[in-house]
Amino acid sequence: MSDPVFLRPLTAPDADKGQAVVFGPDRALPLDSGRSLAPWTIAYKTYGTLNAERTNAVLICHALTGDQFVASSHPVTGKPGWWEIMVGPGKPIDTDRLFVICSNVIGGCMGSSGPAECDPATGETYGLSFPLITIRDMVRAQAMLIDHLGIGKLLSVIGGSMGGMQALQWAASYPERVVSAMPIACAARHSAQNIAFHEVGRQAIMADPDWYGGSYYSRGTQPSKGLAVARMAAHITYLSEPALQRKFGRTLQNKGGISFLFAPDFQVESYLHHQGTSFVDRFDANSYLYITRAMDYFDLAADHGGVLAEAFLGTKTRFCIISFSSDWLFPTAENKRVAHAINAAAGNVSFVDIKSDRGHDAFLLDEPEMFSTVRGFLNSVAANEGVA
Amino acid sequence: MALRPDLAAIAEMIPKGARVLDVGCGDGALLEHLSQTKNVDGRGLELSQQNVNACVARGLSVIQGDADTDLGEYPSQVFDLVILSQTIQATWEPKTVLGHLLRIGRHVVISFPNFGHWKVRLSLLAHGRMPRTKTLADEWYDTPNIHLCTIADFVALTQTCGAEIEQALALTPEGTTRPMEAHAWLPNLMAEGAIFLLRANDAGTSI
Repeated sequence: MSDPVFLRPLTAPDADKGQAVVFGPDRALPLDSGRSLAPWTIAYKTYGTLNAERTNAVLICHALTGDQFVASSHPVTGKPGWWEIMVGPGKPIDTDRLFVICSNVIGGCMGSSGPAECDPATGETYGLSFPLITIRDMVRAQAMLIDHLGIGKLLSVIGGSMGGMQALQWAASYPERVVSAMPIACAARHSAQNIAFHEVGRQAIMADPDWYGGSYYSRGTQPSKGLAVARMAAHITYLSEPALQRKFGRTLQNKGGISFLFAPDFQVESYLHHQGTSFVDRFDANSYLYITRAMDYFDLAADHGGVLAEAFLGTKTRFCIISFSSDWLFPTAENKRVAHAINAAAGNVSFVDIKSDRGHDAFLLDEPEMFSTVRGFLNSVAANEGVA
Repeated sequence: MALRPDLAAIAEMIPKGARVLDVGCGDGALLEHLSQTKNVDGRGLELSQQNVNACVARGLSVIQGDADTDLGEYPSQVFDLVILSQTIQATWEPKTVLGHLLRIGRHVVISFPNFGHWKVRLSLLAHGRMPRTKTLADEWYDTPNIHLCTIADFVALTQTCGAEIEQALALTPEGTTRPMEAHAWLPNLMAEGAIFLLRANDAGTSI
């Protein structure tokens, strides 16, 4: 175990940087593409204490642009953890009693092997020579980390959005190691619309002259404009029409009136610009390409003869699926489809749809009904497993 | 919290450690009682999302769904017992629903209000209007009960669906239960409601 290496300057150098495991050439990570990674690194952060019986470990899987800093300051941005509202002492995912692990996905840019890292074979940055990865590859990497930490079973695997995809994949790939799973605001497949939005983002990055076919690292530049546009487009899909209307309406930046220029007139424009520009300071453009691709490839049913229920046949895992009524990226119906498939496989599943007008992002926000659901479910699972 | 008497009577019928599906589980009172006192492996299907969320926050395994449309997705013979409490009269297709229950569970517990109760009969006879009683309190135009039946009607349906009656209880106006002879005419007149324990005669082909 070592400290993870971050490529970006640290705004909060005193923040806990977490840890990293380097798997040597003898511990290659096999990938769905047929290629493999060796040596490779997985960066992670833990919270709470593993009990003597090793039964209180919970894995949290992050979303597309998330990272391992789920409940502590981000060393690059200095901002609070992305799910501090959910994870911490006394929180619904209570680190006073649970041992929480969160790792940066393979292909990411916060210390785990990814396109921005150095390829040990060539001594140069991977760039596009980094192999394409899938959600299953991310989960396979996490399983090797969990092995490394000496943990057999996870009390729960929890994640929203792409993190939910990983939770589902965990339950399908390693059913005997997953006591419970909470996929939140996700689906068992990426829809055509979702793939379409991702393609807009990727094209924006690749159209930026500073992208240089993915090899911008050696030129001391990065496709910031393209990545910012990708983030702006994606960010719209994380919200909802009513939420945007409520937050911004047609309110102008400048009270004096419209400018008759293309500078941002509307507050919603400034907001999106801010989302875009602050994103490029912490995220790698190639990582964005790789991870969006992994989400596009995700189709759990396709891996099981086209029948989603087959993915969960004979499962002993307890599931709790949560959706949000205004989420149009991963709509309630897609979440419900997963719940019904698990049901059809005679699995143990709960399904909660939460009324909210905040769209997909609701899973990251203050949603009391989500908190009571997570708390109740985890309490019940912990009681069944005899976790104090 | 004291369990409603009809639910308590249903709970009596459930063996310890059984795998139970409660269709229309409401706020989960029965499921919670069963998991606490009988250590059952309980699941619920509930129409109201608000009730579902409350159930899950209580640690119960419940999904939102509709007995009329979603029972078809459950595999056959995976539950020891399926419960349908005070719901069949509110379904669009009671016969199909009962068929599914008999397919999904090895046993079915079902309770419903008895439209053959003397107060209901007398109310229609005396006033010439759709009966409204303590248990059937809604106006005809806003009642969820679209397929009310008498005990005799239900017994006939069990025969149509190829179900065997293992136990029959009458719900009295006082809220207690007592065993009844399901085929006799008197319970159909005196019972406010009924609870049946059924078993499929030829499991899986009863629809």
